[in-house]
Amino acid sequence: MKHWTAVAAAGFIATAAYLPANAADISGAGATFPYPIYAKWADAYKKETGNGLNYQSIGSGGGIKQIKAKTVTFGASDAPLSGKDLDESGLAQFPMVMGGIVPVVNLEGIKANELVIDGPTLAKIFLGDIKKWDDAALKKLNPDVKLPSQAIAIVHRSDGSGTTFNFAYYLADVSPDWKSKVGVNTSVQWPAGIGAKGNEGVANNVANTKGSVGYVEYAYAQQNKLTYTKMINKAGKTVTPTSEAFQAAAANADWKSQPGYGVILANQPGDKSWPMTAATWILVYKQPSNAAATGEALKFFAWAYKNGAKMAEELHYVPMPANVVKDIDNYWKSEIKDAGGKPLF
Amino acid sequence: MVDVALQGGTVQVAVQMDRAKVLQRLRLGDAAFRQITRAAAIVVLVILGGIIVSLVYGAWPALRTFGVGFLFEESWNPVTERFGAIAPIYGTVVTSLIAMLIAVPVGLFIALFLTELCPMWLRRPIGIAIELLAGIPSIIYGIWGLFVFAPFLQQYVQPFLIAAFGNIPVLSTLFEGPPYGIGILTAGLILAIMVLPFITSISRDVFEAVPPVLKEAAYGLGCTTWEVARYVVLPYTRVGVIGGVMLGLGRALGETMAVTFVIGNAHRISGSIMAPGTTISATIANEFTEAVGDLYTSALIELGLILFLITFIVLACARLMLMRLNARIGV
Repeated sequence: MKHWTAVAAAGFIATAAYLPANAADISGAGATFPYPIYAKWADAYKKETGNGLNYQSIGSGGGIKQIKAKTVTFGASDAPLSGKDLDESGLAQFPMVMGGIVPVVNLEGIKANELVIDGPTLAKIFLGDIKKWDDAALKKLNPDVKLPSQAIAIVHRSDGSGTTFNFAYYLADVSPDWKSKVGVNTSVQWPAGIGAKGNEGVANNVANTKGSVGYVEYAYAQQNKLTYTKMINKAGKTVTPTSEAFQAAAANADWKSQPGYGVILANQPGDKSWPMTAATWILVYKQPSNAAATGEALKFFAWAYKNGAKMAEELHYVPMPANVVKDIDNYWKSEIKDAGGKPLF
Repeated sequence: MVDVALQGGTVQVAVQMDRAKVLQRLRLGDAAFRQITRAAAIVVLVILGGIIVSLVYGAWPALRTFGVGFLFEESWNPVTERFGAIAPIYGTVVTSLIAMLIAVPVGLFIALFLTELCPMWLRRPIGIAIELLAGIPSIIYGIWGLFVFAPFLQQYVQPFLIAAFGNIPVLSTLFEGPPYGIGILTAGLILAIMVLPFITSISRDVFEAVPPVLKEAAYGLGCTTWEVARYVVLPYTRVGVIGGVMLGLGRALGETMAVTFVIGNAHRISGSIMAPGTTISATIANEFTEAVGDLYTSALIELGLILFLITFIVLACARLMLMRLNARIGV
């Protein structure tokens, strides 16, 4: 009994000691895809500065709703807001971190990076037009690989996700058929296949189903030792999914072409660019009602750009290239201000 | 003694006043108790009403856009914002049907075995195992279903079913297609395992409540165990058994997590029960977080409203069935 009282008392004191620190925490909500890296950064940042981050990974749609309702200091979304939407709501937007999306397959005797697929063929597979692995289109791309005469089992995401948004965006970019029949959204009406929940669900279903093909974040393909494929990029070069290839896509992208850096990194130019790279964005108010809180949040983001690259790579995320970070820095200085017009950063 | 006798009158008055006070207090207590219990009961109605109102309010944009057509439309396209509920409704009903087809007979047999035939020493272990089965969280069933049960079905059961029924006209369509391992059938089987403990434990409890004299009389007349179960135990306990079945059906209709893992989440209706499908609750769980746009969110809420109505209709039918049964037997 005494023991329990002591534990309860200790717990109470710990909570009480924690609460004041909690009040000063940076609060954010949104996308689930970057949650692991935000959590890791937050942990390191707290150790260094004492300031915590409270991030609720409720999904991009929820993040946008929360920041518009001003219940959080920043929102996070896997799909960028349009320039018009940003102007109307007075929000600033910038990319925080990136990830690569890779096609994964399960074929007897075929190892990672052995198969080559190009965009139009990938679109035809997911449209259900290419039904067998020894289809002429796949044979032409892989003259040296022995492809089985096996039915293709398609695995896609069942939940709405930024991964699906970026994947569908890429397929729509390279295939007019995909654009007209399916389109682009966080979830789409899939013409074929089975849906699995989350990256881990797709990874598991592909691992279990012979003859299957799916798409996952690069990190999940690595962790589950799945057979990912090479892709042919916009420049017509065959590329392997690596951190360098994802970063090449970001470095070659014309970030200025869209307001709030809202560039989808699918199918970017450049010999080394991986065609399915995806960024995730942060949303803050340009003239926040609580300027101090937004200032703290920007400090955290600046710290993450500067010190977080290694941690991101450990979790198979891709840090933003230096030239983009520098540009974002200037964007903050010119756009995000307090009520008196003084830059917050 | 003398003192008491002398003061007798006043004591009596005091006692009477005390009595009145005590009675008054008891009355007050009783009134308070009645009010509190009534308030608790009313809270249920208020919550229920609140849920209906907020569901209708949330579903209003979808209700206005799609009208009754929502119920019969198969397309579920977030890009063009064309939504229809027939595929999830079909999946919900079919998976629950499969679950009940398996769980009701098996559950009743287990309960009958436990109460009528089981040796004493085996009763406790089986009883405890069933209660443990009821206590497993649904996410565990989902993960187990995805990682263990689905691969097992894919490798052994489904190829067998495809081969066995391949040449029989109707059944060949029912068991058609590539063995994915996950799909409507898998979801139905998982649901059967999940609702089994509800049906079993409630049936067992009501079977135990059958007066021994009834059973002994039937045995004395020369009835077999089956005849006793069929003509004495089941008729006597039908209200409780149907209650247990309905509780199980309620869980099967609304189960979310386990189903989401193993059903394949495809907005399609196919003749084969091995094909992937979706249910109402799985669709909501999958898509609500990242649903962008008012109409999309609203369509998902309308799905919730439909599930609410389905559950309501099922319960109403159960009540009606019970009333008919009672009227026929004349209880």
